[in-house]
Amino acid sequence: MDIPKSFLGYKRENGRAGTRNHVIILPVDDISNACAEAVANNIKGTIALPHSYGRLQFGADLELHFRTMIGTGCNPNVAAVIVIGIEPKWTKKIVDGIAKTGKPVEGFHIERTGDIGTTMKASKKAQDFVMWASEKQREECPMSDLWISVKCGESDTTSGLAANPTVGNLMDKLEPMGVHLCFGETSELTGAENVCATRGATKEASDKFMKTWNAYNDFILKEATDDLSESQPTAGNIAGGLTTIEEKAFGNFQKIGNCKFIDVLEPAEEPTKGKGLYFMDTSSAAAECVTLQAAAGFNIHLFPTGQGNIVGNPIEPVVKLTANPLTVKGMGEHIDCDVSKILSREMNLSEAGDELIKTTLRVANGRLTCAEALGHKEFVMTKLYRSA
Amino acid sequence: MRLIYKILQNSNKQIDTIYMATDIIIHDKKDNVGVVVIEKITPKQDCACWIMEDDSSINIQSMDEIPLGHKIAMIDLNEGDTILKYGHDIGKVVKSIKKGEHVHVHNVKTKKW
Repeated sequence: MDIPKSFLGYKRENGRAGTRNHVIILPVDDISNACAEAVANNIKGTIALPHSYGRLQFGADLELHFRTMIGTGCNPNVAAVIVIGIEPKWTKKIVDGIAKTGKPVEGFHIERTGDIGTTMKASKKAQDFVMWASEKQREECPMSDLWISVKCGESDTTSGLAANPTVGNLMDKLEPMGVHLCFGETSELTGAENVCATRGATKEASDKFMKTWNAYNDFILKEATDDLSESQPTAGNIAGGLTTIEEKAFGNFQKIGNCKFIDVLEPAEEPTKGKGLYFMDTSSAAAECVTLQAAAGFNIHLFPTGQGNIVGNPIEPVVKLTANPLTVKGMGEHIDCDVSKILSREMNLSEAGDELIKTTLRVANGRLTCAEALGHKEFVMTKLYRSA
Repeated sequence: MRLIYKILQNSNKQIDTIYMATDIIIHDKKDNVGVVVIEKITPKQDCACWIMEDDSSINIQSMDEIPLGHKIAMIDLNEGDTILKYGHDIGKVVKSIKKGEHVHVHNVKTKKW
């Protein structure tokens, strides 16, 4: 297949391009969710991103909170941002972080004004922003403007046999075109960690990966009260035939094809070493992982599933594929790309990779994903430890 | 050998394609387990296996009913043996397994955690 050289995206002030054109209402903290949701309810075409955190966090956990908030606002799928927090200082910190992209952003704090007054002021600005954004047109953008993140979920053995290698095939074909790529799921590489480390493009990248994996594994061993047999693999994984974490890990690892990763990113950290594949230190829980990847600037997500994970994200479209014919049959409304014919050998991996590239480009050009059509917008912040 | 005969319509041209029916896929030649890729296999079923690594084929007779996505032992395995899939160690045998039997959480455990 001749791979198209471009897609239709929204060009942003900082030179990035978006596959979507969202105006988001971003609460700084849990208690500002109500006001953010009131604004999004008032002004059609905006979307609130409620979450559970943002109060009394400290140290690395607070840094991650800010990185996720600012990164979400900076994502090129977002045209403009309203930030609402209880206090002025942290609200301003997030506004200033997003403003560096050059996109419209304005902050409002609730203290001394209350929810109703803040909702009114923020709604007026949100209306300006959404009407401005609605005039933005899609333009031709090079493929290298695609930043593709990947994560698998509710995996089974069909994931490792077919759906994940399909993503790997896409990576092998798109990496030479200059796209940014990102995989994560530190804990779900357990058992395949040494093989994964050999896929670092440099010794530095390999060493950084092993250090990251060891730190996560030490944390799991410290907190584990049993053998994790109901968490990793999950009951769904086991129903689908996956027996151990090692088996799951080798299946998971198929997603990167023959690519080598050039750097290891902190959760929600924006890559800075140019085009190519990055590993990000993330949880293996779907919504947490996708939220972190979106906050790092990735603008389209590929999500292979076996038994049928249904996750979506409010700003980064999540394209689902499966090779499990029972999942296609039972919950086809969640599947954007069906590669189940690989199992019956009526389709080979390269054909499946081509199908996924076509689907990815249709979504990049504006076609809604199943998750978007069904209203999935899971925005889940990663919290590292208890608040002070 | 069972074959699936399929006719595809492409433009106005009729193309005949023959697919070999595959019941079990094995990732790597070194693997001692395979994955069932049809809805289920039944006891005493003669199953066609395809080895992805070198595109070779072998056969095995199943001992158990095994559903889609679950594993079958390609050889006899004893307690303490290592299960190989993708050519790699994916866990240890905790209860001996006969060739053709279902391999899963009842007879295999992780070596991690």
